[in-house]
Amino acid sequence: MAAVPPPDSPVAERWYRRHAGLVRITHWINVVCFSLLLMSGLQIFNAHPALYVGERSDFDHPTLSILARQSERGLVGETVILGHAFDTTGVLGASSEDGQISRRAFPSWITIPSYQDLATGRRWHFFFAWLLVLNGLVYLAWGCASRHFGRDLLPSRVEFGRVGSEILGHLRLRFPRGAAAKRYNVLQQLAYLLVVFVLFPLMILTGLTMSPAIDSAVPQLLTLFGGRQTARLIHFVAASGLALFVIVHLVMVLVSGAWNNLRSMVTGWYDLGNPGATDVR
Amino acid sequence: MSGDRLHRRGLLTGLATLGGLAVSGCDRLSNEPHFRSVLDAANSLTYRVQRLLIGADRLAPEYGEADISPVFRANGSTDPQDEEYLKLAGNHFADWRLKVHGLVEHELSLSLEELRALPARTQITRHDCVEGWSCIGKWTGVPLAAILSRADIRPEARFVVFHCADTLDDGGDDTDPESIRYYESIDLIDAAHPQTILAYEMNGKPLTVPYGSPLRLRLERQLGYKMAKYIMRIELVRSFADLQGGRGGYWEDRGYEWYAGI
Repeated sequence: MAAVPPPDSPVAERWYRRHAGLVRITHWINVVCFSLLLMSGLQIFNAHPALYVGERSDFDHPTLSILARQSERGLVGETVILGHAFDTTGVLGASSEDGQISRRAFPSWITIPSYQDLATGRRWHFFFAWLLVLNGLVYLAWGCASRHFGRDLLPSRVEFGRVGSEILGHLRLRFPRGAAAKRYNVLQQLAYLLVVFVLFPLMILTGLTMSPAIDSAVPQLLTLFGGRQTARLIHFVAASGLALFVIVHLVMVLVSGAWNNLRSMVTGWYDLGNPGATDVR
Repeated sequence: MSGDRLHRRGLLTGLATLGGLAVSGCDRLSNEPHFRSVLDAANSLTYRVQRLLIGADRLAPEYGEADISPVFRANGSTDPQDEEYLKLAGNHFADWRLKVHGLVEHELSLSLEELRALPARTQITRHDCVEGWSCIGKWTGVPLAAILSRADIRPEARFVVFHCADTLDDGGDDTDPESIRYYESIDLIDAAHPQTILAYEMNGKPLTVPYGSPLRLRLERQLGYKMAKYIMRIELVRSFADLQGGRGGYWEDRGYEWYAGI
């Protein structure tokens, strides 16, 4: 692996082709798939807004539940996590739908369809699940063949040593320019590795474990995840992890040069800038 | 710097607008028949791939006595008020007969006693509701394959239709033309599966009303709504296009997939 240049070192060229065409295409297909899967997934969750550990549902002792109950001040949304109850009226449990407060775990603005309709939510979910898997397989095959993973995502020992300073740099919103901007920094590498090789595979496998037909073909999945209901719980937690990643990812895109980042993910070209010049940033 | 901030704000506003448009767009698309049929393509793909994976005989996981749910949730119809059903239940189903008809060489009419006298299968399996929850129960009944071989189905038969006694919508007013009794259908591969049984016992006791007495279907590699309760007759058909809404089942005609292996 080539030596990593120190941050902010000037480079001769200004424009750098940062993302390969296939990465850009699969990235945007994935954006569409993940958004629709998350929102239709919340619609499906709303049909039975409680999660359990094990093979079967112990209805009286869910690990997490997002329910509504009637109180003297009207409908109250209550989220219960491991026995701890939180009043989440307005967002979780009870929220407004067509101007009226109604029983629904996740609010209408984040579900597909916006109204309660499990059958349609499932259609959206399974269609885009197939698309996400096929898109992911193309990305994985290309990433292995082109050595994208080994070259760009796997941190070198030197890069690993920079974890501390990268965290400080991120907290101060200082991002490398010049030659160092050609590579993902170690925090990006770790985050992307986690998303690509842990969270998405976990989503797909736990999703499949919820299928009774798949369970008859591959019962080992039930052993691996500790039962169908645990798989459903992990599916939810991993989805929350991905949603959290997207939020952090979007914030980082915004604070580290929004248009430059967006341009490079659309056209491939990234402006390396020149730390000496005044016309950048 | 300020230019960048302006850009940033523009980007955020753009994203929010896009999000709002996307949500209302998704609602509109959800009701667009063409778009629904595009989404449906995924279900046919799932059906084909899962059939390849599970073949005709792969068994659903079976569990131990200790895994049985202390409380098994009953949903769908749990207390049919249909006049005919109440009359049969009032007499402990002594007058009830399971009819097997349609594309068969020998029509059958079997009493509960006759069914109980046939070789039975007992299985402890997990029941997965389309809503997301699961319960485990022990079921005893006659393999559907045994009944179908007695009836000797004709070569042109492709689906098994279950006609039930319960009305989900309005409590079963016989004079109401809108009153629709539950119905379901499965293909012959599932019908021949060893775990596909017509159950008359649950957890070692005769089936009670909430769980579908006197007879219900167990179809262990698919979701709960496929497992018709309160079965009155079984019909062998070439196609279910003429059955009610034409999609093969009560919930199917209300938007759910005919193949419920996922």
